[in-house]
Amino acid sequence: MTALIEARNLSRHFRLRRETLFGPAPLLHAVDRVGLTIHAGEALGLVGESGCGKSTLARLLARLLDPTGGQVFLHGAEITGESVSRFARSDRRRAIQMVFQDHTESLNPLLTVFQSVADPAGRLLGPMPRAALRRRVEDAAAAVNLPPELLDRYPHQLSGGQKARVGIARALVVEPQLLVLDEPTSALDVSVQATVLQLLDRLRRDRGIALLFVSHDLNVVRLLCQRIAVMYLGQIVETGAAEAIYRAPAHPYTRALLSAIPTLRPRGAERIHLDAEPQSPVNPCLSRCRFAGRCFMEQPLCIQAAPELRTLPDGRQVRCHFAG
Amino acid sequence: MTPLLSIRALSVEFDTRHGTVHALDRLSLDIAPGEIIGIIGESGSGKSVTAHAVMGILDRAARITGGEVLFQGENLLEMGRRARDGWRGRGASIIFQNPRAALNPIRAVGDQIADVVARHSSLSRRAIRARVLELLRHVRIPDPERRARAYPFQLSGGLCQRIGIAMALACAPRLLIADEPTTGLDVTTQAAIMALIRERAREAGTAVALITHDVALAAGNCDRLAIMHAGHVVEVAPTAAILARPRHPYTAGLLRSVPSLAGSLDQLQAIPGSMPDLRRPDLPPCRFAERCPRRLPRCDAPGPLALTACGPGHLVACRNLP
Repeated sequence: MTALIEARNLSRHFRLRRETLFGPAPLLHAVDRVGLTIHAGEALGLVGESGCGKSTLARLLARLLDPTGGQVFLHGAEITGESVSRFARSDRRRAIQMVFQDHTESLNPLLTVFQSVADPAGRLLGPMPRAALRRRVEDAAAAVNLPPELLDRYPHQLSGGQKARVGIARALVVEPQLLVLDEPTSALDVSVQATVLQLLDRLRRDRGIALLFVSHDLNVVRLLCQRIAVMYLGQIVETGAAEAIYRAPAHPYTRALLSAIPTLRPRGAERIHLDAEPQSPVNPCLSRCRFAGRCFMEQPLCIQAAPELRTLPDGRQVRCHFAG
Repeated sequence: MTPLLSIRALSVEFDTRHGTVHALDRLSLDIAPGEIIGIIGESGSGKSVTAHAVMGILDRAARITGGEVLFQGENLLEMGRRARDGWRGRGASIIFQNPRAALNPIRAVGDQIADVVARHSSLSRRAIRARVLELLRHVRIPDPERRARAYPFQLSGGLCQRIGIAMALACAPRLLIADEPTTGLDVTTQAAIMALIRERAREAGTAVALITHDVALAAGNCDRLAIMHAGHVVEVAPTAAILARPRHPYTAGLLRSVPSLAGSLDQLQAIPGSMPDLRRPDLPPCRFAERCPRRLPRCDAPGPLALTACGPGHLVACRNLP
């Protein structure tokens, strides 16, 4: 089965200001040779600490940012052959839609909810009769349980949860196959968050929409996602079935991360401390493990050779010489 | 045991262009010496206003319209300005949510800690320097001599928060108020910061008020929890008691909406409705009533809604307990 979306060796390096006249400008390796697949109807959780490159990867996969290396395929056809601005005008733009973190900032305060939701439809689906547009917007609003009377309101008249749902309706109105969600619930109060999570899960089940869910909240990812990918300093260090990884994380970084989640359920394992500072993503040493220096399983080999992703017997992939 | 801090029927209002916000309404809460209490609430529930009122750093638009704040028996609200300044730092100190924004960006962090030490003591420069380094070591900052010369932008968020804690602990306060100290930090850093705060409370007998919206974080770190909603404390109890049997309908709803407690997405339940607009002149005695599944006519009867005991150390403000 062809994956809905596949990234091969995807990289994004940012050139920083040179600090000296001598030698090349430093390169920040935000995303480094990432391979990733998402199938139709699947929710993939992308987790990692701030600065690990997860938002950059999300923007690369959503085709909002051009990669500096590697390719992205949609249904097996490459979509990175053309620039982001050209892709934005192509008929494939509607297949991948992004929902942003800050629902207040990402809505135009001068547009009504109806206008905000109708806007992407007008841009990406071409001209259509007013009645057809109205029906489309109302369908998208209904899909996110937004009462029709809110369509004539302005963003400042909505609650945080309602704005979040407008952000999702805007993405849904063009009937995408993949929703890329960058921390969609982190600005919401916990009592409202539940509705948005259940809504996303229903869209996935009922409409087969795939979700790439970027989050630092591992408790939320556990509930929503079937598969997870853990990122560390631009690389994927562990990926596989969410259930298996939560039960028995293999990579030492995943183990530390999961052991640090605040949870009310009793857990057997003690918390793993990561005290040292991480390596810099600027001009990283390519011949050593990026987690070296913070790792509690470190051996001499870790600073002599960078580990590649290995597949473990249960199918998950781990970037570590010694895990599993 | 006599409480270290006793907030009694504290009311705070804010004057805004759009009317008066009734931010805190006859709020009462006791904090015992050496305990870690979690003050939990959603945005707008009044957690930070409570903290600022205790510290005496309320916004200029705020008015304290009633109640008292007793610290070791003395009413802070009647204390003179100079006495209050002297009390701050020794009596209680606060760490803020955004550690980088709470620090002066154009002054080395070591000097900023030294300012606090100098303000509250008459130590020599050499002694102040030694004290700052001791504090930096105490909050586990690696290579303190070098870090003391660093500016906030040169330090990670986790290190900046450690500087904030060092500054707050500089005068060995009896009470440390931590206002969302780990929001915005990574989970691994969050765990390390909480371990530091807990250790401090245990070793020095410092009471800690952890203000947070994260129920799981509070439950994992606190002896007691106080649940706030719309300017009221609706329930206070030992952590285990509140998790095992929440009595207030809002607490019960909150616990059902927390992802870390749920086994699956179906078990999550949002609380219908939203907090009432605190500018309304006709706020009901129970500000949760309009969202409450257990509302009765008597819930809306006039008269203050008091916290009453419903178990050992378990207080709840509800007229129709399950």
